[in-house]
Amino acid sequence: MSTVLSFLTRRRGRNGFDLTDWLTWLYLLAAVLLMFGPVFWLALSSFKTESALQEYPPTLLPLAPVMATVEGYEEPLPLFRVTGGEHEGKVLAQVRRIGLNAQMVDPAAPGERVNVNINDRVPEREFTLALENYTTLFERFNFLLYFWNSVFITVIATIITVLFNSMAAFALSKYRFRGRTLVFILIIATLMIPPTINLVPIFLVVSELGLVNSPWGVIWPAVATPTGVFLLRQYMLTIPDDLLDAARMDHASEWRVYWRIVLPLSAPALAVLVIFSVMWRWNEFLWPLIVLNRSEEFTLQLALNSFQGDLQTAWAPLLAMTVLTLLPITLVFAVLQKYITAGIAQSGVK
Amino acid sequence: MAVLDLEKLVKDYGQVRAIHGVDLRIENGEFCVFVGPSGCGKSTLLRMIAGLEDITGGELRIDDKRVNEQRASERGLAMVFQTYALYPHMTVRQNLAFGLENIRTPKAEIEARVAEAARMLQIEAYLDRRPKQLSGGQRQRVAIGRAVVREPRVFLFDEPLSNLDAELRVTMRGEISALHRRLGNTMIYVTHDQVEAMTMADKIVVLRDGRIEQAGTPLDLYNTPRNSFVAGFIGSPRMNFIDVTVTAIDADGVALKDAAGNAYRAAVAGEGLKPGQAAELGIRPDHLEIGAGEGTAVTVQSVEQLGGESYLYCEAADGTKLTAHLPGQTAIRRGETAHLVLRPQFTHLFAKEGGLAQTRLVIGEAV
Repeated sequence: MSTVLSFLTRRRGRNGFDLTDWLTWLYLLAAVLLMFGPVFWLALSSFKTESALQEYPPTLLPLAPVMATVEGYEEPLPLFRVTGGEHEGKVLAQVRRIGLNAQMVDPAAPGERVNVNINDRVPEREFTLALENYTTLFERFNFLLYFWNSVFITVIATIITVLFNSMAAFALSKYRFRGRTLVFILIIATLMIPPTINLVPIFLVVSELGLVNSPWGVIWPAVATPTGVFLLRQYMLTIPDDLLDAARMDHASEWRVYWRIVLPLSAPALAVLVIFSVMWRWNEFLWPLIVLNRSEEFTLQLALNSFQGDLQTAWAPLLAMTVLTLLPITLVFAVLQKYITAGIAQSGVK
Repeated sequence: MAVLDLEKLVKDYGQVRAIHGVDLRIENGEFCVFVGPSGCGKSTLLRMIAGLEDITGGELRIDDKRVNEQRASERGLAMVFQTYALYPHMTVRQNLAFGLENIRTPKAEIEARVAEAARMLQIEAYLDRRPKQLSGGQRQRVAIGRAVVREPRVFLFDEPLSNLDAELRVTMRGEISALHRRLGNTMIYVTHDQVEAMTMADKIVVLRDGRIEQAGTPLDLYNTPRNSFVAGFIGSPRMNFIDVTVTAIDADGVALKDAAGNAYRAAVAGEGLKPGQAAELGIRPDHLEIGAGEGTAVTVQSVEQLGGESYLYCEAADGTKLTAHLPGQTAIRRGETAHLVLRPQFTHLFAKEGGLAQTRLVIGEAV
């Protein structure tokens, strides 16, 4: 903890803040605001009630009107502070609103109704977390099903992606064969084709294979990524050939060489690919939207989309589900990011 | 235990021929050293034997069985690499066990063999460390240990000592020799350092440009080099060469003189030589003697006094460089003129074209 503190309070100026300290702090704070501002806003808004979300001007914190149970009225009534007129300064409960006037009652004296101009009162509000936004996800919407669909597609697609891409990269980086450069260039060249152009042909293939409305229809077209092959190949080029030769001398089959030597030594590059793949599959929207039409096959992204109707958008559950959708991917990144910088292969060979 | 036969082995890289039909037999238990300048194909030849390079032509037999088509993993050989090539993500113990795991050796036996190899190479203390936590010498031992645990038919060493400092190199040289005596396996050792070759080998194979220049025991190569390349390569400091002309040939040898008119004799058979023909006279620095007034006059350009021995770096009037190795200390100083005596029993004579050596009639005892 003290190291964190000393790190955070480190500065250039020996006594007080130097100009560079000011600029650094300013720049970093601006960056934090820019990057975390929307996420923070999203997280706070996900705890607001639907009516609080519609309110203008919007509030930062999730606030809800204070309700009071008044004798003689079955429903709890919202409280208002009166800011003008004869009742100025009092806190009254509103019974009903008629035009520009509100019929209000003093909770202390429930028998007497008073009329207050609606411009002369402000609602009394308090900090309230609208947890029902989250609970409805599980009660009314089948959140767990969508979550499972997303997890299944992400995990399986990532495993297959890593396996296929690393095998291709192994061959392209460690074997000499005729046409090796050509194959590599072809793989890289597919990066130049915009994905939207591929949509129709891939859909035709997927539908011919009968994979429409199946998670495999989302998984298979995505597993061979030129980026992954390129990334892993470049990394594997740095693994000394001597290590592979040594393993071959140690009776290792080519599969063992790949599985026991090349894969573990490529761990940092694999971690990067895993992060990429998880993000791609988790956030993928357009392709699942085309392939998955039945709501029980929906991924989280599609479920989020279905909150948005032609005429109406259910903002409160939409925001809550967005927060829940963000969480797993944040965790994955937090766990794996330390591997990105860890270089294992550079050591051991002089 | 294994005998290796190399028959007309050829290796092509595209249009370029790296190995030009090598014939060689390596006997059971022999310590054979491939030596030569860089690019001579010695490592390529070793990798062909190992199975890490395809054999373009010829035949490689281990115990009279053709192995050209066998993979490296099937030939039953073990190799120690110049870079050690230890698996960085495994501990020393896992490094040693990896080869045995691949051939499905029972766990208990793996443990026993790893322990035995670790004891023999004194690496028990760091069996659970990773390679990057070891020093160069320790890594070298582990690399050797990885070869030893497998109990291979043949050990292959690819310049294993070239990444070590001078002192450690001498120690490890002794240890590898001791290992060979203890295990008695056939070993093939590649180096560019002729001192390693001379000190360790039963048989030295001198290679140049993918061809064997000469193969034989270290002293054979030292005493009767087949040509001027081998003569110049084996021995340190390298042999002195003087351009000479044949003046006469008789039963005791050949009489020669150089451009400055100094006369020499070489105790070699003068087959095919004619008076007036140009040749190259060779003599090792150890065999040069300082004459009192007699012999070839040279200017001493620098003197290295090592206490127990001295080196004189001299230049003759026509610019020929001569190095003399004298026992003990010397009173000769830089810039002085010295007279060098070349005894006929120590001199070698090489043809000018192709550098082939004349057969020596007498081989002088070293002084």
